[in-house]
Amino acid sequence: MVTNNGLVYLIALPLFGALSLLLLGRRADKWGHLLATTLSAGSFAVGLLQLSEMLARTPEARPVTQKLFTWISVGSFNVDASLLLDQLSICFVLLITGVGTLIHIYSISYMSHDPDRRRFFAYLNLFIAAMLLLVLGDSYLNLYVGWEGVGLASYLLIGFWNQKPAYATASKKAFIMNRIGDMGLSFAIMIAFASLGTVSFSGVKEQAHQASEATMTAIGIMLLVAAVGKSAQFPLQAWLGDAMAGPTPVSALIHAATMVTAGVYLIVRSNFVFDAAPNAQLLVVIVGAITLMFGALVGTAKDDIKKALAASTMSQIGYMILASGLGPAGYAFAIMHLLTHGFFKAGMFLGAGSVMHGMNDEVNMRRYGGLRKFMPITFITFGLGYLAIIGVPPFAGFYSKDMIIETALNAGGAKGIILGSVALLGAAITAFYMTRVMILTFTSSKRWDDTQHPHESPILMWLPMAILAIGSVISGFLLYRGEALKHWLEPLFEEHGEHTELLPPIVVSGLALFMVVIGVALAVIKYQLSDVEVVAPENVSVFTRIARRDLLQDDINEALFMRPGQLITSALVKIDQSVVDGAVHGIGKMALGSGSVLRKSQTGFVRSYAVLILIGAGVLIAAIWVVTK
Amino acid sequence: MITFVSPTLDYSLLAPILIVLGGALIGVLIEAFAPRGARASSQLFITLATLALSLAALIRSRNGASTTAAMESVTFDGAGVLLQGSILIIAIISVFLLADQENFTALAAALPGSDEERTSLQQDLKVTEVYPLTLFAVAGMLLFPVATDLVTLFVALEMLSLPLYLLAGLSRRRRLMSQESALKYFLLGAFSSAFFLMGIAYLYGYSASVSFSGIHAAVIGGTGNDIYLLLGIAFLSVGLLFKVGAVPFHAWSPDVYQGAPTAVTAFMAAATKVAAFGAMLRIFYVSFAEVYWQWRPALIAIALITMVFGSLVAIAQRDVKRMLAYSSIAHAGFLLSGVIALNKSGLDASIFYLFAYGVATVGAFAIVTLVRDSAGEVTDLNRWSGLGKRSPWVATAFAGFLLAFAGIPLTSGFIGKFSIFSAAYESGSTAILITGVLSSAIAAFFYIRVIVLMFFKDPVEDGTSVVIPSVYTQITIAISAVVTFALGIYPTPLINLIQSTAQFLR
Repeated sequence: MVTNNGLVYLIALPLFGALSLLLLGRRADKWGHLLATTLSAGSFAVGLLQLSEMLARTPEARPVTQKLFTWISVGSFNVDASLLLDQLSICFVLLITGVGTLIHIYSISYMSHDPDRRRFFAYLNLFIAAMLLLVLGDSYLNLYVGWEGVGLASYLLIGFWNQKPAYATASKKAFIMNRIGDMGLSFAIMIAFASLGTVSFSGVKEQAHQASEATMTAIGIMLLVAAVGKSAQFPLQAWLGDAMAGPTPVSALIHAATMVTAGVYLIVRSNFVFDAAPNAQLLVVIVGAITLMFGALVGTAKDDIKKALAASTMSQIGYMILASGLGPAGYAFAIMHLLTHGFFKAGMFLGAGSVMHGMNDEVNMRRYGGLRKFMPITFITFGLGYLAIIGVPPFAGFYSKDMIIETALNAGGAKGIILGSVALLGAAITAFYMTRVMILTFTSSKRWDDTQHPHESPILMWLPMAILAIGSVISGFLLYRGEALKHWLEPLFEEHGEHTELLPPIVVSGLALFMVVIGVALAVIKYQLSDVEVVAPENVSVFTRIARRDLLQDDINEALFMRPGQLITSALVKIDQSVVDGAVHGIGKMALGSGSVLRKSQTGFVRSYAVLILIGAGVLIAAIWVVTK
Repeated sequence: MITFVSPTLDYSLLAPILIVLGGALIGVLIEAFAPRGARASSQLFITLATLALSLAALIRSRNGASTTAAMESVTFDGAGVLLQGSILIIAIISVFLLADQENFTALAAALPGSDEERTSLQQDLKVTEVYPLTLFAVAGMLLFPVATDLVTLFVALEMLSLPLYLLAGLSRRRRLMSQESALKYFLLGAFSSAFFLMGIAYLYGYSASVSFSGIHAAVIGGTGNDIYLLLGIAFLSVGLLFKVGAVPFHAWSPDVYQGAPTAVTAFMAAATKVAAFGAMLRIFYVSFAEVYWQWRPALIAIALITMVFGSLVAIAQRDVKRMLAYSSIAHAGFLLSGVIALNKSGLDASIFYLFAYGVATVGAFAIVTLVRDSAGEVTDLNRWSGLGKRSPWVATAFAGFLLAFAGIPLTSGFIGKFSIFSAAYESGSTAILITGVLSSAIAAFFYIRVIVLMFFKDPVEDGTSVVIPSVYTQITIAISAVVTFALGIYPTPLINLIQSTAQFLR
């Protein structure tokens, strides 16, 4: 494979920014944000350069690597700290640095009144560097380093305003739920090492066919656990809504465009594992299908604009996970939806930030209304993102979502019909809740009092929104035209056989559009044509109430994990106090047969310890003796 | 008729140990004759100079071929030099921590709560005896992993233990607890030493020799008294397992770790482990390797129990020093897998692990000395909550050390765990690999719980504060943190050094 010594600059530039802003401290307050933005843009430029070089080569020769240094070398086992840039990672590199730079620019204005703006930009740069490491690592171990790095950066950013207790709690929740996912990834790495003797992508790929299916299934399931944690999929989805406590640009960058899609990257990157483990693959599909419905249903009931968008993110990533579980047919579409989603969802989050900026940080959509007149640019950019996400042709989401629905329907048999229907139903619900957001915020009658003075945001904020809006309009078509992205990614995946075609593509598109129209119509009837109450009505159906409580996810978590966890912990304390200590005493009494005499001695526990040593020695001798005989 | 052979000593090879002993003697003289005010600074200078000189002597002799000195009772080989180097480096880092005299009682002989104690505190007396005591312990530790006959091994064991018993009782605050722990440590240490001596006796009875090579020859040749060999290995193991704190010989360590002055705990936890595991590796690799089928199953069982027990019980701890003690028990289990592996990569991995773990341990305990209220160190974990908001740097450093204990990538702990488990796996102990990984996962849970506590909980308003570290403590923490991360990011040079030099002379 070709070596390219320029790859390291992708990561080194933002890393340098993060370190210098943190180490220089207050001295960098005046220009820190500019440095961070420039470095992020520089990384994007390096990415473009790499892309142009890559385009000039033949498809087989496109991947390039760079070895940084030998990281671990233990006996026959070697892990290099190496970077790998191939057709898949370049997509992510450009998304991360491109959207990342736009969000840097937006934040210059959004965070301009925050005394800690420099620290915020340092964390943003740190995040970019870690996320790039995640997608550029050439082995699971290197990926793991980036994986933990984005975790760290995201806790720092969610908890950026950690003087507010609720925000600190949110970042704690994200921390713990992500730990479960991280555990999955580390187990996957350990299983791969123990059974395959390698942890590099290429090594595991080579061995994937020889290894037993059980091994691959185990690795696959563990990778899925990791993806579920990072990408806020069922059943580890609860943290995403709470993570909205962080500053809005963070939600746009981390919780819409990049970090939460790392799970999709992991699964697509590990295509060779899942292709060799059909059961794990099926599980991926199930998780994706459940989450896409789950997120969509939660989205219908949220009044907080950011939480509604978060629920929508969850649901859209569900689509991607679903697609990536459909095997070679779906990988390219998962990535395609990931890229288009990166544009329109980041754009909408920035739009939500712009609305909050104009409304004194109000997030309750029931207190919005009629903002179209006051924020025309925000309305237009948000509106273009809206058209893209619900899948109206020719906007970006139409192409990517349509392809996923089609592939799901064509998965074959009952599986195909079930998955296709779920995906179609999800599209209708998406149209409903996004229309609801749109109406409540921009087009319905005004519901805010006169203390509010909504106004358009400054150019540094709306310019990134406008660029992302353009992306939400054209990116889908560009990636779809001539199956551009599919052919681009093809060399990375295994060939797949002929797939059945349940329905002709045009019919599928028609069906999907029909579902979208139903969803939009319902929302218009319910919210545009009737009055919206400022306070959420209480006398609603049980379903609405459950949806408002995130389909009871917190209650379930509490009942399933927290309470038993607390029980186990307190039981362990008891064991420590009664059983462990008690056993020591008990053994002591038994051995010497005179507990009362012992109690009178003044040495406290030393005697028990000594007896323990004595018994231990006896057992040790016995054990060696038994083995020897 | 027995002819008397006059003993020969190879002074240049023994120099690292002799320098430390000489420094300790100078320290005793300073205690006796120097004016009170000058003692603390001159003792610190002498101690550091001694350790540095000893390290220099060690580095100078490192390229010499493996050889024996002092009538074959001491052996200098690659592994020995690396272990001695680790002990010296850890000792140097710890001495900076000892230099912070705030940790020690003013007058060790004064009864707790007596008038004498109050006077001594008012006069601002200092127990500068800690320096020579530390040097004596270091000398014992240097001798322990290079001793190649059982009598020298026993002398080294006592030499390192006796000063530690004393040091454990010197805490400035909660003195009764400190003294109780010192007494416990002493009684149990004496008890285990008795086992150790019994083991020596049985091994002599088996092989008619006290040297490792003599025992090795007897093991290969076979003497027919296999029961003596069996008893010898078992009793000797009890003594060594006691020192490393393996279950069920661990009971002393939580009490002593908690009671001893934290600076002493740091030194003891880190350096004793290196010395004791060094000796253990040598005797098992050199003398008992051929009868591994006899002792390995029992040792595997102990390793498994130690890992699981240490990790599980640590979860329930509410006191940071006790938590670190149980974590050190769990680590003893992980380290035992290096002994069990009985191959070159096991030896390499153990040496790396010992050094990495030792440095991180000193750093972690150094941070414990910083969190205080008016009554001294605050070790109740609940009162550490929100530390990250008050003193982000201290909390971040502590989090780094905890992550190293947990074996998270980019810290030295990850490389250590990784290599030691793969060595055990290479030798066929799948049980060790699985249990090791699972208990690491359990262990990671309680380390991370502390991190969550420090960063995501609100501070409690009860006067707990982080004192501004003295320059000495800062040096300790900085060196430990740099080494911990450097060994996680770029461990190759050290791994290569260990791989090329770690070898036991048989």
